[in-house]
Amino acid sequence: MSITEDTESPSPELMLAFYRRLYPFRSIFGWLNHEHAPTRLFTHREFSFTLQGDIYLRYHSFNTADDLKKQVCSLNPTRFEIGPVYSARPRDKKTVRPAAFTPTLRELVFDIDMTDYDTIRTCCSGADICARCWVFIAAAVRVLDEGIREQFGYKHLLWVYSGRRGIHLWISDREAMELTDEQRRALVGWMTVIQGGKEMHKKVNVRTGSRPLPPSLQTALNSLAEVFGELILTDQDCFASREGWEALLRLIPDTGIVKELREKWDTGPHRSSSEKWEDLKDQGRKYKGTPRRTALQTAMEDIILQYTYPRLDAEVSKHRNHLLKAPFCIHPKTGRVCVPVDPNRIDDFRPERVPTVGQLLRELDEIATTDQAEGAEHHSDWEKTSLKPYVEALDKHVMALMEETRRAKRKTDLTW
Amino acid sequence: MFSARERFLDTNENTGQVQTHSNLKYRFRLNFYDTPPIEDITIEEFETCALDRLRVLAEIESSFARNRPYDELKTITLAQCQKYLPLHSSSAITVDTDAERRKDHIGHFVLRLAFCRSEELRRRFVKAETALFRIRYESDDREERGKFLGSRDFDWIKVSDGERKVYKEQLAAAAPTAKEVNVDNENYYKVKWTRVPDLVEKRRVFLKGGYAYVPSREQSSIVFQEFQTSLTKALEMTAKALPRLDEDTRIVPILNNLSQGFLAGVSSEWSTASSTEGDGITADMVEDLARRHFPACMRNLQETMRRDRHLKHFGRWQYGLFLKASRWVLGLPIEEAIAFWRKSFSNIQEDKFNKEYRYNIRHLYGLEGKRANYPAKSCTQILTTDQPGSSDSHGCPYRHFSADNLQTALLSMYSSQGLTAADLPEIMNTVKAGHYHVACTRVFEITHASRGVKKGEGVGDGESVTHPNQYAARSRELERGKAEAAKAEADGDVVMG
Repeated sequence: MSITEDTESPSPELMLAFYRRLYPFRSIFGWLNHEHAPTRLFTHREFSFTLQGDIYLRYHSFNTADDLKKQVCSLNPTRFEIGPVYSARPRDKKTVRPAAFTPTLRELVFDIDMTDYDTIRTCCSGADICARCWVFIAAAVRVLDEGIREQFGYKHLLWVYSGRRGIHLWISDREAMELTDEQRRALVGWMTVIQGGKEMHKKVNVRTGSRPLPPSLQTALNSLAEVFGELILTDQDCFASREGWEALLRLIPDTGIVKELREKWDTGPHRSSSEKWEDLKDQGRKYKGTPRRTALQTAMEDIILQYTYPRLDAEVSKHRNHLLKAPFCIHPKTGRVCVPVDPNRIDDFRPERVPTVGQLLRELDEIATTDQAEGAEHHSDWEKTSLKPYVEALDKHVMALMEETRRAKRKTDLTW
Repeated sequence: MFSARERFLDTNENTGQVQTHSNLKYRFRLNFYDTPPIEDITIEEFETCALDRLRVLAEIESSFARNRPYDELKTITLAQCQKYLPLHSSSAITVDTDAERRKDHIGHFVLRLAFCRSEELRRRFVKAETALFRIRYESDDREERGKFLGSRDFDWIKVSDGERKVYKEQLAAAAPTAKEVNVDNENYYKVKWTRVPDLVEKRRVFLKGGYAYVPSREQSSIVFQEFQTSLTKALEMTAKALPRLDEDTRIVPILNNLSQGFLAGVSSEWSTASSTEGDGITADMVEDLARRHFPACMRNLQETMRRDRHLKHFGRWQYGLFLKASRWVLGLPIEEAIAFWRKSFSNIQEDKFNKEYRYNIRHLYGLEGKRANYPAKSCTQILTTDQPGSSDSHGCPYRHFSADNLQTALLSMYSSQGLTAADLPEIMNTVKAGHYHVACTRVFEITHASRGVKKGEGVGDGESVTHPNQYAARSRELERGKAEAAKAEADGDVVMG
């Protein structure tokens, strides 16, 4: 059941109505600004717009949420993106010295895209996504969310569905905003496990020699092992086809074991992935107490990581000046809203249940016909549609952020 | 304006007493350069301290550009330091360690003034200085280094025994090799992870709640990072304060000279001026050669690259092959070519350069792709093939520049070599008639008039320019001829005398 078929690109009229009546500009403002009165976090922030026909406008900036709304409604973009806070207003870029225009602050962002899983998922490929492949994303979200909170100590994480086949993470903690490109690169390096292109079979190289996994990955492995059993062995059945199990065998360094297994699987091609994994374990048991077993054990751990560890689009996270699509935009291909996702309920999230722009406007129309008393003010029309829980989720996130800012301010006040 | 202690030191020296360590103004060989020198120094000292330090830094820079492995860089730099900037440990009795350290201290602060002026200069200075600090740190006496570290607050929190026990397993697993693991005997320090990004990137520490648990053997990482950040900050501060200095007519020219030297890589020319006359040319020499010998098309590329720190594809192709061509004297070897381009593309990050441009350059030299021995482009090829697009800078200026741009360009490039505005009408007429090579030849004649080239002689025997390399080769030939003549004359004088 692919979700790309029953949806289509929204028309400009639909988009305009959506921006006018539904888009939660106030919440987005609060989320970017960290307090109620506009600060540099908002006024010096770059916005870029993609108009109909792929026209791309960069370096816009606004004083208030209403300014932003006005511009969005007049340009009616297919989507808009959020960049860094610069040292000057981005719209003044041409009038200030280049040296006086540098990115200073920026949420730490991550992008996970289903296409990076094409080599391992068996249910869909390319732009398609189904409930089955969402499990990959869910596993990635859990590992990343937990890792960042636990290891880096960040608290203000906002996960946003990208509208089609991926998910974005925005981290708004003050320290995360202040990271330099070098520090971002280091953090991404810490988080990245899957490396090497198409032509590289073994994409996990995180150990030095035969040392145990680094502690952060050991923790991740423990939770991923479970996912591996359900997702890779059972649901996706990754090693069922010859192509699949040859890929698996290529990851095993012990040629003796590989040869034995290949013979076995050649004669019984209908063995399921779980059975094949059991065969591997049997080999391990056979060589119990020998270095061969340790090597196999290591290889098996690496295989689990290779098939389930988050595959990050590293370039997005490394530079402060990378633009990323704003939450609550409409995905131009699917018409779905890029809604916030609760990482604790990521397993229950169903991409196909995310409202589309068409559906939301129909909901509004139905209300309008039943409730004629409606005035001209449309500011919080989202409250009457199925967009409501998502906007409320963002507002809750914003509340926590603002509370943190208030606390930080009070603390600096005390030092006087 | 000597401080009391210094006066005391002075009397010490005058009376020939042996200095004792407690009297040292600089207690440590290593210096974080937190405080500037506040004594009077002569202008000569100001310059020599800086120049000697610059020689060392320039060597470090060019080692980076050449992609030398760290060990090699270290050996070279230590040798260079020995020569220009010796710095002995406190235990050395026969040397005046204080004078050495004072020179190190002054040199650093003078160069700060010279290199704080642009983002680019600051970045390069910090990189080179940090490398120098690291090399010295690693070659420092263990005990002295310990004392040095103790003298400064690095704001690290020692991990308590209790906490160490709790995370014992994780701390052990974070160590890169098994034999180094002995969590019980190792001291760990907690710092914000942002202070040790290199260790985090390689997963060499245990990380919890935003704090990195750094074992004492990795302590140096914190120190280097600290050095780098504090220097970066200090340079920005200096840059803001610098305009106040602009009135000082003695210092500003020296500073300008220093920073230019670093940018153009002339600094190595200062130290080895004679080698420029040798056969092989090196990366550092290209810019100077360009100024003296290159035809307009190549000078334009050199200047564009200097300005943009980048050249587009066809520009690289045209200029790269020109520099490579050995048939016409130049012959920049591949290692030098890579060093040259690396240096010139200074805005490009290391990995991007390695990925995209290194291959490009090796391709030019027939070391990649179809491995053809590409010849340098002749004038005909430059004039007729690969016409430059709107943002390109390759091609032939006589043909591809608008009339007024060409005149401005010619004047700015060649007026120091004798071209005047009065020569322009004649040149522009030939250009209008479409005789681009004649115009180029005429410029050659004018700019080499001081070498005895007369109108109509062209690049020798009335030949006109047909190849940029021919132009450059003839120009160098003439210069060498003149140098030899001058030398012969000088020798003759001696005989006569």
